[in-house]
Amino acid sequence: MRPVRRSYDEATARGRIDGLLDAGTFREFCGPTARRSSPHLPALGLPVSFDDGVVVGEGRLDGRPVLIGSQEGGFMGGSVGEVHGAKLTGLLERGLDVEPAAVVLLLDSGGVRLQEANAGLIAMGEIQRAVFRVRAAGVPVIAAIGGRNGCYGGMSIVARSCDWIVVSEQGRLSISGPEVIEAVEGIEEFDAQDRALVWRTMGGKHRRLLGEVDALVENSIEAFRMAVIGWLEQPRPLDLAAVEAEHARLEARLRRFAECRDGLDVWRDLGVERPEEIPELDADAFNAVVASMEERDR
Amino acid sequence: MSDGAARTARLLDELFGAGHGVAVDAPLVRGHATLGGRDVAVIGTTDQVHIGARIALALAGHVLDVVRDTPGRPILLIVDNSGQRLSLWDELMGNNGCIAHLTKCLDLARRREHRVVGLVHELAVSGGFMATGMATEACYALPGAEVRVMAASAMSRVTGIAEERLRELFRTSPALGPGVDNFVRIGGLHGVLDGDLRARIAEALDHVDPDPDPRRRLGTERGGRTHAAEVAAMVRAGH
Repeated sequence: MRPVRRSYDEATARGRIDGLLDAGTFREFCGPTARRSSPHLPALGLPVSFDDGVVVGEGRLDGRPVLIGSQEGGFMGGSVGEVHGAKLTGLLERGLDVEPAAVVLLLDSGGVRLQEANAGLIAMGEIQRAVFRVRAAGVPVIAAIGGRNGCYGGMSIVARSCDWIVVSEQGRLSISGPEVIEAVEGIEEFDAQDRALVWRTMGGKHRRLLGEVDALVENSIEAFRMAVIGWLEQPRPLDLAAVEAEHARLEARLRRFAECRDGLDVWRDLGVERPEEIPELDADAFNAVVASMEERDR
Repeated sequence: MSDGAARTARLLDELFGAGHGVAVDAPLVRGHATLGGRDVAVIGTTDQVHIGARIALALAGHVLDVVRDTPGRPILLIVDNSGQRLSLWDELMGNNGCIAHLTKCLDLARRREHRVVGLVHELAVSGGFMATGMATEACYALPGAEVRVMAASAMSRVTGIAEERLRELFRTSPALGPGVDNFVRIGGLHGVLDGDLRARIAEALDHVDPDPDPRRRLGTERGGRTHAAEVAAMVRAGH
């Protein structure tokens, strides 16, 4: 019997963890009963959340031990404040002590929480350094991106510091939000109301075609689970040769697409036969296009 | 030469004396110099540049050159930027990935036994600070430099908090207010360098902190960020 598909994008932070991990194996750290909420929001007259918008803990995935963190997109846009960030940093550092099969980060965040901006920004740097440290110890860090906020700001830099990224069809990954670009640089630079443009610039399919993410899956928790399981105990090298290879790849990208002004231009240049159809494809059809291109390039 | 580049050139002369080998090719800074008898690689930006994909990769390339060609040589990162570049093309190319790559190169340098120290010369903003100074093992600022996440007017628009009220909060909250003093208090900067700059930079290059990320500890000690260290320790312990 085929299990009921549960939407990943619509699920809460806890719902995503429950669906992703083996049933009944999750144990939360510093949970709501610890009441470690933001010390900064009350001064602004703003409500707090007893988990500060992120759930962290340990459990099993396909029988193997993992550490997992999950941002609650419904609380202040999944934004990273002092406590929220410290929970993710502590989780990653625990990876140094217990050496799990992976640290899994379910990201759904607009970036730094502006109401505690400085503390949130430095927390981003701490999360990122912890990612590099746990990776250097040979533990893979896996980022999953879906949900209402996408993955923006400093969190987008954290995501690209991980070993692996899986994104849902509706997932977005970029540093600056369309509204910010339009507000500062004008509508001629970026029309934030043009959702199709936003999607072609920052969306999961463009990121997959560009080589910024490793997998695109349909919007279901089960699909995310299968993608993450495939990367358990699979760290990527982080030595000089690996970083130099990445450097060459990124330099080639900027040269190749120097004149592109739209995702469609990039996809056409990559040899996608009917780039205008890419936005309409479901995950399976899209992944077939990617597979055929990878086959051709081999 | 722009005013910003000229100021950066003066800073380099003050640090390394005449005839040093660091070139200001705005917006990039790179080269090698000696300080207190030791060779130092210098990498950075000037003109309060916006960090786009091309700048991030150029800086990353300089870091990799140092790692490859002069193993173990300390790196002084001159920080001066207005944040990440806001443009459609940079987003299309994955500016976040290029910035992550730059920080990965700096992290690689540290793991390969290079001392990596940052110095905010004039300005560091948000993603531009994360791309540069925040990826060093210790980042200092010059007196008069500015570090911030967002200007008050924009922050007011985004958060819906009146600008006047925000400016009031800035005076009492180091977690919120712009400025190097606030970033020092929360542990985001190691300190402000005044007095004999050469001596202070030499000290910074000598100082080794056994803590792989001392920022939480500094924030606690200085009273500007009092929850982060404790919460992270609690989670790390599995509680």
